[in-house]
Amino acid sequence: MGSSERATFNNKVVSWIDERLPVFTLMQKEYGVFPTPRNFNYFWNFGAIAMFMLIAMIATGIFLAMNYTAHVDMAFDSVERIDRDVNWGWLLRDIHMNGASFFFIAVYIHIFRGLYYGSYKKPREILWILGVVIFLLMMATAFMGYVLPWGQMSYWGATVITNLFSAIPLVGDGIVKWLWGGFAVDNPTLNRFFALHYLLPFVIFAVVFLHVWALHVSGSNNPTGIEPKGKQDTLPFHPYYTMKDTFGLLVYLVIFCAFVFYAPDYLGHPDNYREANALVTPAHIVPEWYFLPFYAMLRAITFDVGIPGTDIVFISAKLGGVIAMFGSIALLFVLPWLDTHPIRSARYRPQFRLFLMIFLAAFVVLGYVGSQPADAALAGVPLQVIGLLGTAYYYAFFLVVLPWLNKTEKGKDVPKSIYDAVMAAEGKKK
Amino acid sequence: MTAGSKSQAGIVTGQVGHSADDGATRRDFLFLTAGSFGAVGAGIAAWPLVHSMNPAKDTLALSTTEVDISKIEKGQSITVMWQGKPVFVRHRTEDEIDQARKVDLSALGDKQEDTARVKKDREAWLVVVGICTHLGCVPVGQKPSESRGDFGGWFCPCHGSHYDTSGRIRKGPAPKNLAVPPYEFLSDTLIKIG
Ligand code: HEM
Ligand code: FES
Repeated sequence: MGSSERATFNNKVVSWIDERLPVFTLMQKEYGVFPTPRNFNYFWNFGAIAMFMLIAMIATGIFLAMNYTAHVDMAFDSVERIDRDVNWGWLLRDIHMNGASFFFIAVYIHIFRGLYYGSYKKPREILWILGVVIFLLMMATAFMGYVLPWGQMSYWGATVITNLFSAIPLVGDGIVKWLWGGFAVDNPTLNRFFALHYLLPFVIFAVVFLHVWALHVSGSNNPTGIEPKGKQDTLPFHPYYTMKDTFGLLVYLVIFCAFVFYAPDYLGHPDNYREANALVTPAHIVPEWYFLPFYAMLRAITFDVGIPGTDIVFISAKLGGVIAMFGSIALLFVLPWLDTHPIRSARYRPQFRLFLMIFLAAFVVLGYVGSQPADAALAGVPLQVIGLLGTAYYYAFFLVVLPWLNKTEKGKDVPKSIYDAVMAAEGKKK
Repeated sequence: MTAGSKSQAGIVTGQVGHSADDGATRRDFLFLTAGSFGAVGAGIAAWPLVHSMNPAKDTLALSTTEVDISKIEKGQSITVMWQGKPVFVRHRTEDEIDQARKVDLSALGDKQEDTARVKKDREAWLVVVGICTHLGCVPVGQKPSESRGDFGGWFCPCHGSHYDTSGRIRKGPAPKNLAVPPYEFLSDTLIKIG
């Protein structure tokens, strides 16, 4: 960002500011002329959409916080008051509530895009890892946000999830008391969750900044997975992708608005409109939909790991479930070193594509399993078994399939350049 | 910090002449010790922040509850709150005590005699924390209308754990027996939990 690389601006004020603090040069370089692969498809919209959702969450959240009371005796009523009495309060809340879901939808698609087109591979490892960090922070933020309305699901979800940590040998119980600030999920817990729920989105914002910074060092990947080799392969970000991103965002927002205005509680759970009650557990505790696949992995492990025929147990079923759940995210961190195949894009890797699609299906099935009671069955097969199989495939995909494909998959011929690929596709159309 | 780069460090040691054989200098040593002290200091400074999240003194002070048990008939059970948690106080029938006592220990996941879970000469009274040791749901079985599971104690609907008439885990994913809180009989009709 040295002054020597500054752009020139006709406007005197802009020029004056830019000489002292080159923000305009920066914007011009990173978002104006920034060379961007010319062949993006709509999968490349979801980063911008996620960014928009983050800002919308922070904006609505700050105004909700002005009317929210983080106390066990008042939290539930204060949220009802937001819904009924605060001017436009219902809108703020419905945007925030559904915004969390639509933030996750965008981010899940964004992550899948990265998997499909191999965007985590060299030189984008850190970019990818920062993305996984954002995903983790989002999960923590959404989990704590869901506790704030202090409904039955808030309370029992918080109880079940914080209790997970008690599975850790020796220090587990101490950690849980520390998280609670008491002997159960109670007022101290609600207070700290509110404080952290307010803080974490800004931490996310900072990590997003690093994420985008790393992106602008390596440049974007693209559907072919080939690096741009020259001007014929790229377009300036503005106006081409500013327009495409805006268009995609508007379409997304139309769907979002349909939920906010016509089905605001569709994605939620009716039990959360009952105030938290420490004496009555709802018959069936379910987390928000975006946690379901991970919840299924948590419940998939129902057996102790130890020496058979004795009472010696190394990993209890409870700890096993916790390890399976957190491990599934840990795998994402090391993915760039598990899949080292030289071809990036699944377009030119038919075998990888097949296994990835099965992976996607397994993830969706796990989501379904997570949404059902633990002892349910599907067509006579206990969901318990399906959940275990899905979890096994999730792990096998990373630890067996990818390393094996590294060695065996030949892949298809990769075009010489993005330009060639685009022209060949155009030719086929005509 | 250009001074840390190899070539410059070399010049410095050359001039001052304190270089040990392995190339470590007095400056390296000072950097390291200052750095370690800084790190330890930062760690100690963080402790009050971390510890402020542990249960506060007033939370700890609320930690006993007295319960009048004179009105609980045989076979009945009541729920009281202790430290924000439900505690089950159950007046067991002879049958239930028998059932709990004749179980072979090898049939249990978390091996414990019934006698170790009740007070001597007060075996009719079972006092346990009403929180499933799996993931913290409140088991059902307190009301006559509720299922008491396959072993006559409690049943946790969340993931299907069955507890017996001594509150011991018999079936399902929970790893431990329902916890027995610290308590004492102040008189025949009054107990203090905590
Ligand atoms: C990463 C961004 C965020 C996510 C994913 C998120 C998620 C959530 C979720 C899932 C809820 C529960 C909604 C419900 O069921 O009622 C919630 C509630 C809440 N959030 Fe956020 N939030 C975010 C950012 C923020 C920010 C930045 C603030 C404050 C500055 C905030 C303040 C609140 C408040 C006051 C509530 C309680 C009111 C309510 O339940 O509607 N949120 N949040
Ligand atoms: S919480 Fe009771 S069985 Fe899971």
